[in-house]
Amino acid sequence: MITVSQTLEAIQDSSAEEVVSQCIDRIEASKFNTFITVAKESALEVAGETEGHTSPLAGVPIAIKDNISTKGIQTTCASRILGGYVPPYDAHVIERLKEAGAVIVGKVNMDEFAMGTSTETSHYGPTLNPWNTETVPGGSSGGSAATIAAGEVPLALGSDTGGSVRCPASFCGVVGLKPTYGVISRYGLISYANSLEQIGPIASNVADMTLLFNVIAGHDQRDSTSVPGEKDYTKALVDDVKGLTIGVPKEYFGDGLDQAVEKSVWDSVHRLEDLGASWQEVEMPRTKYALAAYYVIAMSEASSNLARFDGMRYGLRLEKDHDWHTTYSEIRAQGFGEEVKRRILLGTYALSAGYMDKYYLKALKVRTLIKQDFERALKSTDVLIAPTMPTPAFKLGEKISDPLTLYMADVNTVPVNLSGVPSVSLPCGFSNGLPIGLQIMGKHFDEKTIIRTAYTFEQNTNFHTKAPEVV
Amino acid sequence: MREESLKLRPYLDETGVMIGLEIHVQLNKLNTKIFCGCPLDYHDDGPNTHTCPVCLGLPGSLPVINRKAVEYSIKVGLALNCSIEEHTQFYRKNYYYPDLPKGFQITQYDYPIASSGYINIEGEDGEVRVRINRAHMEEDPGRLVHEGGSIERSKYTLIDYNRSGVALLEIVTEPDIRSPKEARRFLDKLRNILGYLDVVDTTLEGSMRVDANISLSGGSRSEVKNISSHKGAERALLFEIVRQKNLLRRGGKVVQETRHFDEARGVTVSLRTKEEAHDYRYFPEADLVSLKVADWAPGIAKTLPELPDARRQRFITHYSITDDHAKSLTSEKQVADFYEQVAAEVDPKLAAVWIADVLKGELNYRDLGIDAFASASMVQLVKLLAGDKITEQSGVEVIRTILDEGGTPDEVVAAKGLLKAGSDLVTAAVEEAIAENPGAVEDYQNGKQEAVNFLMGQVMKKTKGRADAKEVRKMIIQRV
Repeated sequence: MITVSQTLEAIQDSSAEEVVSQCIDRIEASKFNTFITVAKESALEVAGETEGHTSPLAGVPIAIKDNISTKGIQTTCASRILGGYVPPYDAHVIERLKEAGAVIVGKVNMDEFAMGTSTETSHYGPTLNPWNTETVPGGSSGGSAATIAAGEVPLALGSDTGGSVRCPASFCGVVGLKPTYGVISRYGLISYANSLEQIGPIASNVADMTLLFNVIAGHDQRDSTSVPGEKDYTKALVDDVKGLTIGVPKEYFGDGLDQAVEKSVWDSVHRLEDLGASWQEVEMPRTKYALAAYYVIAMSEASSNLARFDGMRYGLRLEKDHDWHTTYSEIRAQGFGEEVKRRILLGTYALSAGYMDKYYLKALKVRTLIKQDFERALKSTDVLIAPTMPTPAFKLGEKISDPLTLYMADVNTVPVNLSGVPSVSLPCGFSNGLPIGLQIMGKHFDEKTIIRTAYTFEQNTNFHTKAPEVV
Repeated sequence: MREESLKLRPYLDETGVMIGLEIHVQLNKLNTKIFCGCPLDYHDDGPNTHTCPVCLGLPGSLPVINRKAVEYSIKVGLALNCSIEEHTQFYRKNYYYPDLPKGFQITQYDYPIASSGYINIEGEDGEVRVRINRAHMEEDPGRLVHEGGSIERSKYTLIDYNRSGVALLEIVTEPDIRSPKEARRFLDKLRNILGYLDVVDTTLEGSMRVDANISLSGGSRSEVKNISSHKGAERALLFEIVRQKNLLRRGGKVVQETRHFDEARGVTVSLRTKEEAHDYRYFPEADLVSLKVADWAPGIAKTLPELPDARRQRFITHYSITDDHAKSLTSEKQVADFYEQVAAEVDPKLAAVWIADVLKGELNYRDLGIDAFASASMVQLVKLLAGDKITEQSGVEVIRTILDEGGTPDEVVAAKGLLKAGSDLVTAAVEEAIAENPGAVEDYQNGKQEAVNFLMGQVMKKTKGRADAKEVRKMIIQRV
């Protein structure tokens, strides 16, 4: 894997253009189907312009999940329905990245409209896990995590609606953050479930992830849910957890938890204890309802958020036009994949007259209870630690035909989105050559404490130094 | 208080007509749209020139509430005697239509900005109160342009998103209206209040769009959409009453349905029945945070202008004018302002008569607004009349001439020689007429009343119409 400091050194030694050019060569030679669109021309042009700049990411290549609006670069959400859509505007995070001198090298693969846990629902075919190409990279930001694990780019952006940054970070052995809801502007992030999701930074190590987070966080008046965050998150990159209290929620170690994962996570807790932290078990009794509540809310919102894709103004168009009813129906029938249709239909059902009380409104109540669980557990503790995923990466095709089993894999990530708290996933072990992810959750707007915990863990372990052999 | 003594309408006549209105008011005096910064001055520009990712609903764009739109809405709410909610929240109304770029409309559902108000109007049986159920904010969709004029005839339809995202306030009444005429009066009164608040330019096309719910006793309610004028509302409702009456008389059933008003033909046609009704799947819009508007209301209440009802009362007491004149003069803010400017300089009662009874009529006849006549001209004219310098007939002529050809009253009077003839001149003319027409004098003395008219005509001819007809008549009768 490549770090930002290595990249900056390489730029010093040669040029940003040279570094970006090599990066694009790697992407084009990739065996993992990480990218949907490579923006070769614009990347090389921008790289040339950053020459001599002192901005923090001057000339550093970055991969962008394909559900983030990039002016002039096709943005598809890995869906057929958005094929050929070239946005006329940049997302807020893209503006921030450009100001910081970062070079967008292209758009990475994902589950269609971020609906999935394996990147297998992409219209552009699945991304492969660089650690083992027979396994999935996780999802939905599979392309983002895999391209970093494969050493193609040093930085990537993903988005996390129910674990979509942390799951692939866990499966690919990289670092990914789901910030507190509101810390990063969603302006330009194509909504799947807008009350749950955040854009998240992904990198090969905690320091790089934090550097990227620092660039993209901050208030934006175009997103009403955006809030001013901290001024400088890199100040949290401190190797010290003395006095830190860790909560370990037993509900996150439930049925179906892989033994190797369980052991690695407990080893990590003990490692942090050795470094001066203390830990206690905490109870989060409503966790068992989180998965159901999450899927009801996410699908309900999705049914509305995806209504605009009708082929009238952009994206897929039919050969022959019919009356608008027929045209809308045919475009949506042909443009959306199976999983997207499933979620739109279920979400429409959950919001329908006569069912709304039973599903959507009930899920909102559960959401409030989950929030209370977090507030209570974090009253006596500083951070919560749990496995990101109950297992290491599973095999391609293993779960895709059984949606319910696939949904179950999100059991430890979705409560975080329901409550809005920040959470980071970083590598903490291996099982049969596949990485295991450690999830560190914190209080609302207290990214600094989870970053400090993650950084300290990383500085005192060597999991992050391992990389898959990419030939 | 007088307001409080107004009871809810207790009666239904034998047909049992109940009408409720939903009025979409475009807050077109705002600078920008409700959820983005696109300016509203698009009326003279080409289609799709005032758009951005937000009002085009492009993927990834997010709405941000226009603070001024909320303030305007609260202002209207307060003027309609509504209470302002503690919190207000936006919802999504989900449905597909080509003018709706997001596949849902951002509107309000639970927690509308204003609720439980009323407007008093002149009803069929005196002043009555029409209750306002609620007023809620929402975004206007784009505008469909059917090439060929109508949906039926067009080969294709174009969409203009300039209108997409313009702030609307939907005002919903209770079914307290009892006749099409009352509906029209309600709409006129509402427009008047909105004019006073200066939040909407009602002269712009589509600035007030009406849907009407109407039922007769023994039948279901039908909703009539696509009414674009107050006159249209009256016509559509008249048509519906006849249609529903005929149906019921023939033993038919009025079904609950949505009907479309075809303005050109003056008829309503069925759009969809209850079974085909949409399930809009309203749910909270998470991209917009709830607003604590209760805190805003007191400050906005202080900025409310004097409203029509209050101004009318003040006109009656302050200027000692009749209720009818006060009503007429306050029915439009500009007219009331005009009146007060004139009344400050001349006799308020005389000014009221000439503005309410004469000027307004002449303006209406020419389809002109009050701005077509200068208040200084009215002051001049009333002074001429009060000083007995011109006749009432000449006063009307002065107004007509100014409206048609321009000028000031003094100029018109001079040009047309309208100054009243002096009494010597009139006396001389009367003497002459009597001397020249002994036959007519004789006829009169023999009891033929018409002879006076003939003599009057002779006098008017001699004075070129500048004599006061009543006075001339008196003088002739005295002499003969």
